[in-house]
Amino acid sequence: MASRFDDRPSRLSPAAMRDEAPAAGDGRHRRVRLRLFRQAMEEAKLLPLSGLSGPMPLVVAVMVALTVIATAGGLALRNVASAASAQLHGGLTVQIVEAAPAARDEQAEGSVAVLRALPGITAVRRVPRAELDALIEPWLGSGPDDAAGVPVPDLIDARLVGPVTPARLADIGSELHRVAPAARIDAQAGWLRPVFDAIATLQWLAAALVLLLAAVLAATVLLGARIALGSHRGTIEIVHMLGGTDPQVARIVQRAIGIDAAVGGAVGMGLASLVIVGLGSRFAGLDAGLVSGGALHFGDWLVLLLVPFAGVALAMLTARVSVLSSLRAML
Amino acid sequence: MNARDALRSDPGEIARFDNVGLRYGPDCEVLSDISFTLYKGSFYFLTGASGAGKSSLLRLLYLAQRPSRGVIRLFGTDAITLPRARLPGFRRRLGVVFQDFRLVAHLSAFDNVALPLRVAGVPEREVARPVADMLEWVGLADRMGARPATLSGGEQQRVAIARAVVGRPDLLVADEPTGNVDPDMALKLLRLFESMNRLGTTIVVATHDIHMLQRVPESLIMRLDKGRLSDPTGALRYPPRRHEAGL
Repeated sequence: MASRFDDRPSRLSPAAMRDEAPAAGDGRHRRVRLRLFRQAMEEAKLLPLSGLSGPMPLVVAVMVALTVIATAGGLALRNVASAASAQLHGGLTVQIVEAAPAARDEQAEGSVAVLRALPGITAVRRVPRAELDALIEPWLGSGPDDAAGVPVPDLIDARLVGPVTPARLADIGSELHRVAPAARIDAQAGWLRPVFDAIATLQWLAAALVLLLAAVLAATVLLGARIALGSHRGTIEIVHMLGGTDPQVARIVQRAIGIDAAVGGAVGMGLASLVIVGLGSRFAGLDAGLVSGGALHFGDWLVLLLVPFAGVALAMLTARVSVLSSLRAML
Repeated sequence: MNARDALRSDPGEIARFDNVGLRYGPDCEVLSDISFTLYKGSFYFLTGASGAGKSSLLRLLYLAQRPSRGVIRLFGTDAITLPRARLPGFRRRLGVVFQDFRLVAHLSAFDNVALPLRVAGVPEREVARPVADMLEWVGLADRMGARPATLSGGEQQRVAIARAVVGRPDLLVADEPTGNVDPDMALKLLRLFESMNRLGTTIVVATHDIHMLQRVPESLIMRLDKGRLSDPTGALRYPPRRHEAGL
């Protein structure tokens, strides 16, 4: 009996006494990583995983889905704004508001000639009469003409190099008024400024929503970690009494929560993707210029894919901080 | 350990209590003026009536609690002011048999016994043999895969003992370790403790079993009475220097 007892291995090594991590270096990184992995697997045995049986994966799935949808909304709004801005940037509209058709036509022709001669203007287009009729048809019905007493102004679209500043607008106006006293000049971007302001507000709202959802996710994980800690307090005390360190226990809870968050995150991302693709196809069906500019690009999808990863990282970090602070209350 | 500590430490000293008191809340002290020294390789029995404070004293000894007053030195270091981060290293030098076993319910007997080694980062290939040997020693070789819920009280106690000794601790603290086992197994476990003691492990066993005390004639007896340690001859506070005498 005694001899068998004597055969047992020597006392724990000094490194184990000091709870030292294995040294990495000397080309032994791979072995160290394998050892750490094995240790992690063994540590995982100390506490049972919550095992996807609790509400954590479901809650994380919902939170991640909402966050991804909010982020997608923000990105789509940004795309709408930038597409509209690119379209309208440097755009100029000249209206010839003249009741007499002949004078209007003369002033329009003169304006086109002046605009084409000015430097810094890349394109000039007089909007055809048929196109104008089509534009106002929803309000005035088909076939409105001067004879009916509804004079429709002539429109000229021009595109400038660079933005349309008030100074440039004034210079162009003075040149045009020499040949077309009835000309009114507007920067296209100016018409949509309230829309851009609204889009910017919505983008801030989406960002605030994402932050709010992240805070709720953190609070949920905090609660989950505390519940896990409470239900395994006995085991944790035993591990402590046997010389387990706070980081060891924290890693165990952190890993369990991380797995829950990863599963929840994947499910949430899948659900959100379905919603985004469905909404995207609906909006694409509208074929409206401003809305179609909001389609998500490859880079946007990469950003969305980061959300569940960020959720998992946030969950694990929150769990770690929560567990370590709870353990500090124990001796 | 600083220079002051070094001057005050005795090389053979495992633990020293000086005027230690413990109270829970505003009530009167459950332990008062406890002073004794545990020496390396000694065998101690802690006795006393129920409620005398045996378990409280053991809790102080295995660092589950800090005293309300007094000084506790463990392995030559002041355990009262010991930073929390250093406690795990000290606990790994202790083996504890809890009165209520405190086995981890979801782990098998094998994994429960392996726990101290795994916590200490012992490589897995060096875990299996000592754990299997210990379980065989306590007569549970055929129950290695059993969960605590499927083990009897005596079997659970033996698993707890195997877990406490598998890391060959410097100090083994056992709270009623034979309370749930039959006389034969109790004797066998006592022999195990004696074997460890001969190898240099200091043993402290809290027990009510008077027969157990008689079976280890070289043991010292610490008697607690209403939270006070009975030491009429001063042998516990100033024990004979066994280690210096070459014993």
